[in-house]
Amino acid sequence: MVGFEPSEDQKLVQETVRSFAREQIRPRARDADETGEIPAALVEQAWGLGLVQGTVPEAYGGFGNELSAVTGALVAEELGWGDLSIALHILAPSLVTVPLLEFGTEAQKREVLPTYTGENFRAATAALVEPRFGFDPAEMETVAEKKNGGWILRGHKCFVPLADEAEHMLVYARTGGPGLENVGVFLVRRGTPGVEILEREKNMGIKGLRTFEVRLSDVRLPAEARLETGEAGVRRLLDRSRVALAALAVGVSRAAFEYARDYAKERKAFGVAIAQKQAIAFMVAEMAIEIDATRLLVWEAAWKLDRGEDATREAVLAKQYAAERALEITDNAVQVLGGHGYIRDHPVEMWLRNARGFATFEGLAIV
Amino acid sequence: MIDFELPENIVRLREAIHALATEHMRPISREYDEREHEKPWEFLRMMWEISKGTTITGEADGALREARGTRHLASVVSTEELSWGDAGLYLSIPNAGLGGAAVAAAGTPEQKQRFLARFREGEPKWGAMAITEPGCGSDTAAITTTAVRDGDHWVLNGTKIFCTSGLMAAEKSEGFVVVWATVDRSAGRAGIKAFVVDHHTPGMKVTKVEKKLGIRVSDTATLVFEDCRIPLDNILGSPEVEKERKEGFKGAMATFDATRPVVAASAIGVGRAALDFTREALEKAGIRIRYGTPPTKLTAVERDFMDMEANLQAARLLTWRAAWMMDRGMRNNLEASMCKAKAGLAVTRVTQKAVEILGPLGYSRKYLLEKWMRDAKINDIFEGTQQINLLIVARRIFGYSSRELN
Ligand SMILES: Cc1cc2nc3c(=O)[nH]c(=O)nc-3n(C[C@H](O)[C@H](O)[C@H](O)COP(=O)(O)OP(=O)(O)OC[C@H]3O[C@@H](n4cnc5c(N)ncnc54)[C@H](O)[C@@H]3O)c2cc1C
Ligand SMILES: Cc1cc2nc3c(=O)[nH]c(=O)nc-3n(C[C@H](O)[C@H](O)[C@H](O)COP(=O)(O)OP(=O)(O)OC[C@H]3O[C@@H](n4cnc5c(N)ncnc54)[C@H](O)[C@@H]3O)c2cc1C
Repeated sequence: MVGFEPSEDQKLVQETVRSFAREQIRPRARDADETGEIPAALVEQAWGLGLVQGTVPEAYGGFGNELSAVTGALVAEELGWGDLSIALHILAPSLVTVPLLEFGTEAQKREVLPTYTGENFRAATAALVEPRFGFDPAEMETVAEKKNGGWILRGHKCFVPLADEAEHMLVYARTGGPGLENVGVFLVRRGTPGVEILEREKNMGIKGLRTFEVRLSDVRLPAEARLETGEAGVRRLLDRSRVALAALAVGVSRAAFEYARDYAKERKAFGVAIAQKQAIAFMVAEMAIEIDATRLLVWEAAWKLDRGEDATREAVLAKQYAAERALEITDNAVQVLGGHGYIRDHPVEMWLRNARGFATFEGLAIV
Repeated sequence: MIDFELPENIVRLREAIHALATEHMRPISREYDEREHEKPWEFLRMMWEISKGTTITGEADGALREARGTRHLASVVSTEELSWGDAGLYLSIPNAGLGGAAVAAAGTPEQKQRFLARFREGEPKWGAMAITEPGCGSDTAAITTTAVRDGDHWVLNGTKIFCTSGLMAAEKSEGFVVVWATVDRSAGRAGIKAFVVDHHTPGMKVTKVEKKLGIRVSDTATLVFEDCRIPLDNILGSPEVEKERKEGFKGAMATFDATRPVVAASAIGVGRAALDFTREALEKAGIRIRYGTPPTKLTAVERDFMDMEANLQAARLLTWRAAWMMDRGMRNNLEASMCKAKAGLAVTRVTQKAVEILGPLGYSRKYLLEKWMRDAKINDIFEGTQQINLLIVARRIFGYSSRELN
């Protein structure tokens, strides 16, 4: 039955993450962007919320909450509202836990999941994107070759978050011809020979988040390193990631909207608040409409994922729409602040830089 | 719960209406667009028989409202389906229409009975609402039509334009027109009241039926009121000139919270017609939309199509939300304007883009796409233009009065 209201449980989670984002994340966002560092204490505090370990079954040390893309989207929006870099850092372990929960073998789950249900935050990551024009997951160049009952991985990845400290990395690699059904997902432990973490990347936005290029030179893996993604698993993981990123984009957009709205009511020009000028008021009204519109698209895609249905169309549309709107909305927020929006004393320019990334980000978050 | 599954009864309703739209609307769509002011009586009578007692647009009397917790959701879903068939025909269907919505929003129980009961029996009837005047449209508070009390009557004087189904309501059926007029110009908004003028009331005359860009089968009438006398108790709500009362101006404005989602749904129906047609034409040409392929590898047509699809779905979900809120008795003034603003613009662009994409198939009158583009545009204009709805949204966001932001 059609409904637009989160459940009581979801509201509780949403409220908790919202106040954490307001009180803990937002005050540290600018510093993270300027220094490129996210305080370890903040990450530990966030870990205490149980966002990642919550969805791991009790058998592996987690809290055993249901793994729901809708709940994940609600969480991601709030974290994204706080700060995109910090959100991506905090959620990074789910890049491994969620695919394992969905497609891991029993042995993989037993071995790996307990690492991410302990007292402290432990980093995990995934390597999907490759550094070239027109990267297409269905035609990736990183290959996994079957040899002597195991796998050999070769390739070059980029945008791999926290690669330097990750205990596990999921590598997406082609095991045959083109097509997502021929993409394998491989569990790579920290320190595996042949995995080379290159220099930290320098990006226009999400500057607080450490991301790396990773070179894979004849990385030998046992047969058991592959997840059981079958025909449609990788597609589903990509869709989950799209939904998560789109939800983060809604969060960034909402942050920019709220800031611009409040500023416009305060700032006077020509004897009135600039919000009283239609040129500004309409921009802000459109931001509000588009944020709600995008959120509903995200929820619908997440809802389809939770029903176990093919949600590629919905996820792709939501992600694209969210990426475009986030750029528009953050750009308009800078515009509403005029010259002040261009100055780094205000957060809107940072949100614009962060939002520009959504068109490029893929596989960077999963919830 | 966050859920997007329509209840079973609405799914069945949608299927039934879709079949009706396919069988009875599409085949006469072109003909009645070209014949402009002629009415497809066979279709209208059929719809009257079907919808008698249920009603598809605005009308809401108490019993019906309470009967179902999904009435408004059902209403937007069926409106989308009918407008997928033909938006002009949809607007022409005999029912209480906007006038009925106004009576439902601002009338007393007795008035609802007196004016709405007729829509369950007898011959086809129409209800209409007349606000717009030659001198004012968006600025509804500036209307100049007057209502003066004279003994047991109100006497109306003024000219109304662009009244949807005005001809049918006033002169071609036993319907009525809800007319907005001021009882006290010096009181501004507070002086504006809504009056029900019954069909064939002396002093009310249709002087013109407009020729339009689209929705041509729907009549858009000019109504002139010259010393038009109506009974005292035909005023909706209180005759007192008081600020902050739900009746009168505010009550009539509240009508729009109920009707804007319906207009949005109608827009979406037209947009979906265009999208479906485009998809089919592309498929015939061997083009399939490759969801999940990186944007850099998509053709411009694929990107455009996905953009149209996302915009339309976004508008639809906003519309469902506004209807869902009403079904739950929540105030939806902001959300109603949001969905209307989004749908009006989205569908205007979607249909225009579709014509562009399909070139000769889009521009030719051999197909219906060009008609849908013409039909779609009205949704950005009536029931509050794009700008007026943005104004409402902005006021709500900033907490401004209409004096602070106008
Ligand atoms: C890098 C940089 C270099 C600069 N260099 C110089 C310089 O060398 N010399 C100098 O004097 N200044 C300089 N400026 C200042 C610049 O010209 C102002 O920032 C600009 O004029 C906007 O003024 P504001 O920032 O006060 O914005 P505001 O005037 O506060 O405007 C805020 C927003 O409201 C909108 N707005 C304002 N009034 C209206 C209205 N009536 N109707 C509709 N919308 C309205 C604006 O378009 C804007 O979107 C510089 C600014 C920057 C960022
Ligand atoms: C086919 C059709 C059917 C209709 N049916 C009905 C009906 O049944 N009953 C009825 O009463 N009316 C009806 N209307 C009238 C319709 O509601 C008006 O046309 C509409 O409200 C706009 O008014 P207007 O045409 O006078 O435009 P104007 O109010 O003159 O507006 C012209 C332009 O200025 C913009 N504008 C106006 N005020 C502002 C502002 N404050 N800020 C920014 N921009 C502004 C508008 O958005 C628009 O773009 C119908 C119209 C049509 C075309």
